[in-house]
Amino acid sequence: MFDIGLSHFLSVSAILFVLGVLGIFLNRKNIIVILMSLELILLAVNLNFVAFSSALQDLTGQIFTMFVLTVAAAEAAIGLAILVIYFRNRSSIEVDDVSTLKG
Amino acid sequence: MNWTLILPELVLALAGLAVLVGGVIPKRDSSFAINMAVLGSLLVAGVLVLAQGEGTAFAGQYVSDAFTKFTKLLVVAGAALGVLLALDWNVKQGLAKFEYPVLLLLSTVGMMIMLSANDLIALYLGLELLSLSLYVVAAFDRDNGRSTEAGLKYFVLGALASGLLLYGASLVYGYAGTTNFDRIADAIAATDTVPFGLVIGLVLVLAALAFKVSAVPFHMWTPDVYEGAPTPVTAFFASAPKVAAIGLLARVVAGPFGDMAGQWQQIIILCSLGSMILGALAAIGQKNLKRLMAYSSIGHVGYALMGLAVASEIGMQALLIYIAIYLFTNVGAFAVLVAMRRNGQALEKVDDLAGLGRTDPAMALAMTLFMFSMAGIPPLAGFFGKYFVIGAAIQGGFITLAVVGVLSSAVSAYYYLRIIKVMYFDNGVGALDARPASLSVVLAGTGLFTLFFFAFPGLFLSAAQAAVTALVG
Repeated sequence: MFDIGLSHFLSVSAILFVLGVLGIFLNRKNIIVILMSLELILLAVNLNFVAFSSALQDLTGQIFTMFVLTVAAAEAAIGLAILVIYFRNRSSIEVDDVSTLKG
Repeated sequence: MNWTLILPELVLALAGLAVLVGGVIPKRDSSFAINMAVLGSLLVAGVLVLAQGEGTAFAGQYVSDAFTKFTKLLVVAGAALGVLLALDWNVKQGLAKFEYPVLLLLSTVGMMIMLSANDLIALYLGLELLSLSLYVVAAFDRDNGRSTEAGLKYFVLGALASGLLLYGASLVYGYAGTTNFDRIADAIAATDTVPFGLVIGLVLVLAALAFKVSAVPFHMWTPDVYEGAPTPVTAFFASAPKVAAIGLLARVVAGPFGDMAGQWQQIIILCSLGSMILGALAAIGQKNLKRLMAYSSIGHVGYALMGLAVASEIGMQALLIYIAIYLFTNVGAFAVLVAMRRNGQALEKVDDLAGLGRTDPAMALAMTLFMFSMAGIPPLAGFFGKYFVIGAAIQGGFITLAVVGVLSSAVSAYYYLRIIKVMYFDNGVGALDARPASLSVVLAGTGLFTLFFFAFPGLFLSAAQAAVTALVG
């Protein structure tokens, strides 16, 4: 078996990050998928922090991860709340319908 | 541990909690009392910032110096003006809920933490406290489809920007080995060639901050959110958070990444050029005043970034003066927008200003002052802002920036002057509703500031000088 080192973790996290970003821009269906993509980005970041923390033998990265997790929960709550009031007004969460403001 | 340093933030945060408790006590119509309590605590925080000592606290997480004092005073003033602008509007729109001032208060705490951050963790937490409050106030008119759409757009793009910031922060942490700004600067100074990962991290952090200040090419959300959000919220978005984000950007590039000026300078120059050009051209065809002001604010961010792009002490000083002038002029212009109401109906089209010169000469005069100032016509405040940044660009040898700055200023004068033309020379439908006293106070205050800035520029110059000295060290 080969050793799994820092670069493997960073690669996985980079792939997750790119998947998350693509999920936001290529997604034409509904906004829940965008919220999932945002979570994916934050998880990629957490993986990065933990991997660096372990490689550097330094705890700061793990402390940062805890904060990111907490804030991500608050962010998801606010995002879903905004989505709910949006749905009440429009009766739709299709991405293509979010387009009355333009010009 | 020197915890007394964070007294202003502490007082504001505790006041926020207390006010929140006061708000949920079931009593009809507590919103005015809560607004006053929030204004009071902002005043106390402002005084505490003035009296704040200097130094670092919490193991280097938090820093207080002349730079944080200068920017925090601006932010507190902007937040107080934001609360004042919304006082009457929220009642008339049926939005007089106590949460509004509380959210503004919490976002102010976030901005102050952000400006005092000396560590990536503190930076992130401050920025998120600000952003989360702003997402909610953007969607504050929750039965209005446009406001909720603005909130949703702002949330999705803002959360993406936070993700970019964090990914950048994780790379900076990994390659510099620390999240503390001072030690990042040491780590960069110690290496001959900067690691590639650190450059990527810096670029991602800058992209996220450019999003927060709405600089081109990360401006896409600005016109939509500014148009959809309730007008006082738009006024707030365009003032205090913008000043805070520009201050944070200045600290990040001048502090930890001061030795990587070669890398970030190119990015800031491109952002500055793009913002000035887009701000000048895209606003020309706009009929909606809020959308017009959104493009105008993108243009102003371009000028402010010009001061940063120069990467010199004079440039930084020009940047600080520019954002101070921008803050007050912008709040004044938005006070006029908030006051636009006919038969109880809120108005936001340029044409709705027609005939204002006859029906309300005082407000028309104030709007004229703000528009002339934004166009950069002497002797108004805006002229000095542009004069200092363009002067700094020429001194630093950035002739392209200076030329584009002057040209886009000339182009943008077209739409500022068009507003004045509509007010004085077009025939209106009728008089606007009487404007409330709170707006008259804001109009008078910001109008006098704009008009008489030339009489006391020394006050701002010396304060900005001290701030820059503290920042660059």
